Amino acid sequence: MILNVGPQHPSTHGVFRLVVTIDGEQIVDADSVVGYLHRGTEKLAEDLQYTQIIPYTDRLDYLASMINNYALVHTVEYAMDLEIPARAEYLRLIVMELNRIGSHLMFIGAYLLDLGAMSPFLYAFQEREMIVQMFNEICGARLTYNYMRVGGVKWDAPPGWLDKVRDFVPHMRERFKMLSDLVSGNEIFLNRVKGIGVITQEEALNYSLSGINLRSTGFNFDLRKNRPYNLYEQFDFDIPVGTKGDCFDRYYLHLREMEQSVRIVEQAVAKIPDGPVIGKVPKLIRVPAGEYYTSIEGARGELGVYIVSDGKDKPYRMKLRRPSFVNLQILRKLLIGQSMSNLIAILGAVDIVLGEVDA
Amino acid sequence: MASLWGWHTSALTGISFLGMIIGAVIVLLLILGIVSYLIYFERKVIGWMQGRIGPNRVGPFGLLQSVADIFKLLIKEDVIPTNADRALFLLAPVVAFVPSFMVLAVIPFTATHYFTAGLNVGVLYYIALSSITILGIVMAGWASNNKYSLLGGMRSAAQMISYEIPLGLSLLGVIMLSGSLNLNQIVAAQNYGHVWFIIPQIIGFVVFVISGIAELNRTPFDLPEAESELVAGYFTEYSGFRFAFFMLAEYVYVFAISALATTMFLGGWSGPFLPSWLWFAIKVSACIFFLFWVRATMPRIRGDQLMGFAWKVLIPVALFNILLTGAIYEIHL
Repeated sequence: MILNVGPQHPSTHGVFRLVVTIDGEQIVDADSVVGYLHRGTEKLAEDLQYTQIIPYTDRLDYLASMINNYALVHTVEYAMDLEIPARAEYLRLIVMELNRIGSHLMFIGAYLLDLGAMSPFLYAFQEREMIVQMFNEICGARLTYNYMRVGGVKWDAPPGWLDKVRDFVPHMRERFKMLSDLVSGNEIFLNRVKGIGVITQEEALNYSLSGINLRSTGFNFDLRKNRPYNLYEQFDFDIPVGTKGDCFDRYYLHLREMEQSVRIVEQAVAKIPDGPVIGKVPKLIRVPAGEYYTSIEGARGELGVYIVSDGKDKPYRMKLRRPSFVNLQILRKLLIGQSMSNLIAILGAVDIVLGEVDA
Repeated sequence: MASLWGWHTSALTGISFLGMIIGAVIVLLLILGIVSYLIYFERKVIGWMQGRIGPNRVGPFGLLQSVADIFKLLIKEDVIPTNADRALFLLAPVVAFVPSFMVLAVIPFTATHYFTAGLNVGVLYYIALSSITILGIVMAGWASNNKYSLLGGMRSAAQMISYEIPLGLSLLGVIMLSGSLNLNQIVAAQNYGHVWFIIPQIIGFVVFVISGIAELNRTPFDLPEAESELVAGYFTEYSGFRFAFFMLAEYVYVFAISALATTMFLGGWSGPFLPSWLWFAIKVSACIFFLFWVRATMPRIRGDQLMGFAWKVLIPVALFNILLTGAIYEIHL
């Protein structure tokens, strides 16, 4: 029997379609159909000045817009070899890590909601709401921030904002413990995620997975450590890795990674310097002719921006390496042979955001 | 009232027939009222557990929310999918709904059971009738001509049939202790014995609670309507009033199974000082609250694990409980 999961389905987290062939409750084949949310960001970018592209990146992985903003401006800055004021870099780092926490909280909430537990979703949203409120104060938006600019950030932190972030750190630590206590030991939850959707290290590398999907297999690769950008070199944090590569590892790594992000935020808030928040940038941003690629560790994996420039104020061609899209490719392999009730557990743990898959 | 009281034993006369009708209508309306506030109560309780407020807009404290919801369902367009099996599609909600009210006929709500059919096979009657609802669910799943509905209906049938067995077996211990299948007499036995059957039948009670939740298709056993997998399960294609039928049936069963638990294990209406109906209400509310609490706490169990749990754990435990009860009964009495 062919079953159409999506594009309008409560658990595909957007307009994702999965054509599943099932034999009884067993999945024989699974074909993912993407593109329902395709907006042609890469093509649109060719007609836009670099500053104008930034709001479009907000809409890629809409759970981690700050990180997307940074991916773009970082490539442009790298191409133009710009000097960034220290305060701007600190602010960027703080909002990126906060955004990572918010995104991971969303994953944990939504994943458990998929598995039938309703409460963790609302619990996770309480903290996410705090983060979103802080973003609202710093950039005036709750979801699509458009906060960063080539050369710095648009606005300095309002008075008292950094204190709020400082207070948020111990609060968040407590909530991690609570979330972990509430969920991580639940027998039903463990039975549903342990040993399900196992990715081996070799497969992960062959499928070019990145982010938590790769680290859950025990492969220690995080661009913040392996190819440092921003100020990550100066901070003290660990990269948690999994051991088995199953859904539980992926869930648990999200939790552990948030703890590390909190650590980074704590250090950054303690030593953020004063100064300007935007560097000396020419009025019209022209990227020198050539090809540039930089990638950063997004909330879901390696987020790369590739720009081909012919020296004008608009890119000749822009290509985005969207981690969700790349990670999604392993889904078919993971699903075949599994039972229907594992479908949602596996799809959820791969952690895709449709805005990013379809771009 | 004496003629009403004995209506099921004395000869059928005009008066007693009238009494039957009045009694049935009163119970029906009462239950409908209780159930609509049960839904409100659930939404409030779960809301509070999740750091939300719950319904608070319609009427004072949102008290009219359920009324508004039911009214909305009533005035909605009645959609029947083109390719649905029309006759079965129309029949299914009724088949699922009617038994849910019928089982309440044997529940003794108060010490003076005016409206209780003191059937001598009360427990069997309850279990037998509640099984008919499965038929309605399978019919709904099949008739909708929708793959999600079919999967939901199939899962539901498998689950409810599997869990019916431990449910029945868990009640056997109580029946052995009280020596009757009549629910009135089971309560009376607890009242005069001064001990609720939950104490000697604690294993039976645990099995009953678990299989009862599974029987209700509620979290963590809510696979048939697993929203994240099957959209809404067997009633995916249902809307408007037909959907309300399924919804109401589900909540009437929440009330009914709590009432059964109260009657079988928690001493029914018996208790000191307070009037018997109040005792019954308190105990049933506690049971219902427990169900809501579980719903707010647990994730969903997986299909194959669910079946394995019923056949490998619950049924052996229930059988062991019967053996234990029999052995202790023989030694002590």
